[in-house]
Amino acid sequence: MSATSADTRPGRTTDPALRGPVARPGSRLLHRMVWLRLSLLLSAPLAWMLLVYVVALAALLITSLWSVDSLTSEIDRSWTFDNFRTLVDNEVYRTVTLRTLGVAVAVTVIDVAIALPIAFYMAKVATPRVRRMLVVAVLTPLWASYLVKVFSWRVVLSEGGLADWTGFGSPGYGLTAVVITQAYIWLPYVILPIFASLERVPDSLLEAAGDLGAPSGLVLRSIVLPLLVPGIVAGAIFSFSLTMGDYITVNIVGGANQMLGNLVYINAGAANNLPLAAAIAMIPIVVMLVLLTAIRRTGALDNL
Amino acid sequence: MTLSPLSRRVLGGLTFGVLALIYVPLLVVVANSVNPSQSMTWPPDGVTFDWWSRAAHSDGAREALVTSLQVAVVATVLALILGTLLALALQRYSFFGKDAVNLLVILPIALPGVVTGIALNNGFKGIMGVDLALWTIVVAHATFCIVTVFNNVQARLRRMGTSLEEASADLGAGVWTTFRLVTLPQLRSALLAGGMLAFALSFDEIIVTTFTAGQGATTLPIWILNNMFRPNQAPVVNVVAVVLIIFSIIPVWLAQRLSSDVEGVR
Amino acid sequence: MKNTFRKGRVAAACLTLLSVSALSACGGGDDDKKVEAVEKIGKTEGKVSILAWPGYVEDGSNDPEVDWVTPFEKETGCEVTSKSYGTSDEAFNLAKSGEYDVIAASGDLSLRLVASKEAQAINTDLVPNYENVYDFLKNTEWNTVDGKNYGVPHGYGANLLMFNKKNFAEPPTSWGAVFDKAQLEKNKGKVTAYDSPIYIADAALYLMKTQPELKIENPYALDQKQLDASVALLKEQRKYVGEYWSDYLKEIQAFETGDSVVGTTWQVIKNNIKNPDVDVTLPTEGATAWNDTWMLSSQAKNPNCAYKWMDYILSPEANAQATEYFGEAPNSPEACEQTTDPKHCETFHAGDQEYAEQLWFWRTPVKECLDGRTDVECTDYAQWTEAWTEIKG
Repeated sequence: MSATSADTRPGRTTDPALRGPVARPGSRLLHRMVWLRLSLLLSAPLAWMLLVYVVALAALLITSLWSVDSLTSEIDRSWTFDNFRTLVDNEVYRTVTLRTLGVAVAVTVIDVAIALPIAFYMAKVATPRVRRMLVVAVLTPLWASYLVKVFSWRVVLSEGGLADWTGFGSPGYGLTAVVITQAYIWLPYVILPIFASLERVPDSLLEAAGDLGAPSGLVLRSIVLPLLVPGIVAGAIFSFSLTMGDYITVNIVGGANQMLGNLVYINAGAANNLPLAAAIAMIPIVVMLVLLTAIRRTGALDNL
Repeated sequence: MTLSPLSRRVLGGLTFGVLALIYVPLLVVVANSVNPSQSMTWPPDGVTFDWWSRAAHSDGAREALVTSLQVAVVATVLALILGTLLALALQRYSFFGKDAVNLLVILPIALPGVVTGIALNNGFKGIMGVDLALWTIVVAHATFCIVTVFNNVQARLRRMGTSLEEASADLGAGVWTTFRLVTLPQLRSALLAGGMLAFALSFDEIIVTTFTAGQGATTLPIWILNNMFRPNQAPVVNVVAVVLIIFSIIPVWLAQRLSSDVEGVR
Repeated sequence: MKNTFRKGRVAAACLTLLSVSALSACGGGDDDKKVEAVEKIGKTEGKVSILAWPGYVEDGSNDPEVDWVTPFEKETGCEVTSKSYGTSDEAFNLAKSGEYDVIAASGDLSLRLVASKEAQAINTDLVPNYENVYDFLKNTEWNTVDGKNYGVPHGYGANLLMFNKKNFAEPPTSWGAVFDKAQLEKNKGKVTAYDSPIYIADAALYLMKTQPELKIENPYALDQKQLDASVALLKEQRKYVGEYWSDYLKEIQAFETGDSVVGTTWQVIKNNIKNPDVDVTLPTEGATAWNDTWMLSSQAKNPNCAYKWMDYILSPEANAQATEYFGEAPNSPEACEQTTDPKHCETFHAGDQEYAEQLWFWRTPVKECLDGRTDVECTDYAQWTEAWTEIKG
């Protein structure tokens, strides 16, 4: 992607051994031993991620190959693909997966479409004073609790609620309501990274393009947009995955619908069928891994 | 690039229009905090401050707020340390498995909350054999907050380049001195931004939290979840939300000022 | 203490090996579970941890006016920590963690706790207030197994039919209002139902009365054919359902605004609805109902304080406060005299045995048919859960 070419890349990994340090011996040793410095930097965060997260994920994968004894509701630790067979054989899981993906895509597209012009205005058009105000305005709703905001949407979309009352009309509770609410909730998380990546585009670059006679549309398309890709990707990953994992919004405004999150939740928390829940959880995991690999190919992740 | 005054105005109109819309549901929350109807039906049929006085006396809400602040602070500090270390390692060195590590950091936030939730729940209880408590929430939050710090610091490191650090080393400063006096000050606003985002994420997280919270560990979102669905309590929850919004403006504004002082030059 | 240490060592071993076979060997043993009833109450431990429905253990932190925990703490010196849960299924998982001494369990949970050895038999002699409790709540099939009592009753209530009069020419008297196609058609998109697998029993109850050829004897004892019929009925109903509810604010709101006009409800929900057009009835077919029991965990770390709590919450004052706050029938005539609303017990039909006989209290469906049939295998709760996922689609 051309995103990388315009970036000011440091690229150079300098060889400190060539320099003459006057520092203390420990520091000098550190200075010379690149691998030592690297392992000192890496060990703590890597150990954390591996012990806390990777082990947990691996265990989840293993659990999905177990089953639950229906009499004692204890986990039966013999290998079986039954859970995955259930997922494939039962049409309901396919329907719910597609529904969830559909909602997540819709939310992401809407959020990016709304966030782009706003982030552009904030970063490139507004005066610094106004920009600061706008950032505060975007950040503030993050602090009103998620649940409170979702419930507020329930009030807005109810029959005779604010949407009806002001004459806009309400779609009623259902998937449309879920998309609206989720797009609303995650919008700041999409605006911020796009805004941040726009801020990094030097004004001088745009001015130069303008001075050379490029029309605004061309500048936007060929210079700004490529530079924005990392920000857009970051924002899109946020809104996509946050939507895919949600099960509370759909309970509150989603009418009779259920999403993948609900299935994982009721099987893990309610039906006490952790193996099946783990198997269902593999669906979003696979989707995200495929998505991340695809994005990585385009090179956008390097700049995330 | 020169934008025509018209497109400037259209962009401006769009921005302020959307932002105004963003605040509509929040205004509904404010309206409902003084709505006498306990089930928050629209339109409100009067004004009452009963809920406000009840919220003022709610020990549960206050304790939950304190718990949430504690969790968010500790999780943010952990994320700041781990995220900065990782960003330094990944941005300044190349090594085998770098891509995998990069992916690993993104994973906790890229995977849906409910997956992270049951994985950690199973990890704590099934594998480590520990009882869920307050610290398990902290560990879970720190895990998915690392990425926000990591992203911000990495982006800053990339822009900074290494010339200043090299100069410092050339002048004889040790690794630690260079980090403290040269690298860290330049990272300040990135750390602030990443830390803020991490704090906000942790403070309002509910899905992973429900799976990793031990008995008696009530963060504010859990308190809200427990009370939101009780007719007599839901309006009190609205009051809490309004108070949160009002008080959040202060740190957000301060942080914004601080970071823009540093950003200054564009 | 010793046990945690051992668990920790096992965990360490698991982590170091981390091979599949090692993982499968991990997990706690059953050796710390105690299922036999105790003979006498010992010295109180100074604390007790309680798992209950929201509104059962109120210590004034939510509403300073609503507090029956503080007097208990003062009286016994047992400090209370509590956690509330949303559904019986969630509670089952929490209970298994062994972190709770006392659990308030509905009938769809109590037997599961007994079967998985999470519950300890109760010596009712050590609970003096047990004496007051209505006789028809004692030694019931959801709190007594093999003659051993596993819990003391808290309160009960029915899953009633709520409707908006404006949408009905005549007030409905049958569950047909939510199951009969012709009647559903008029309220398409405005029907609501309880969001839990246990709601399958509501459909089974309706079929029991309307399709005798299915030979359903007990809505909680369904063989595969009977379950299939109930599921088919619910799938048909699904087309007309606007939303399912599991928390009561959601339903109150939906009936206030008119988003829902007919569906199952609890009396307490009706009481909170200001809309005068909304009414509630016990249909002619009878209804499913819940009946909550205080149970003692087999892993209880504070059994003595737990006994103290069970006795306290059964006392007329505390029971009246708790059941009135939640909106259900108290468990004793003495408690009925203590309610702040003198009509509370009338509204909730407390002690009305004739009324109670029309109720099918929540049970956990198990493979062994609850209605005594031995020639077929019944469907269990796991199957119901899977069916429920399919019904919602």
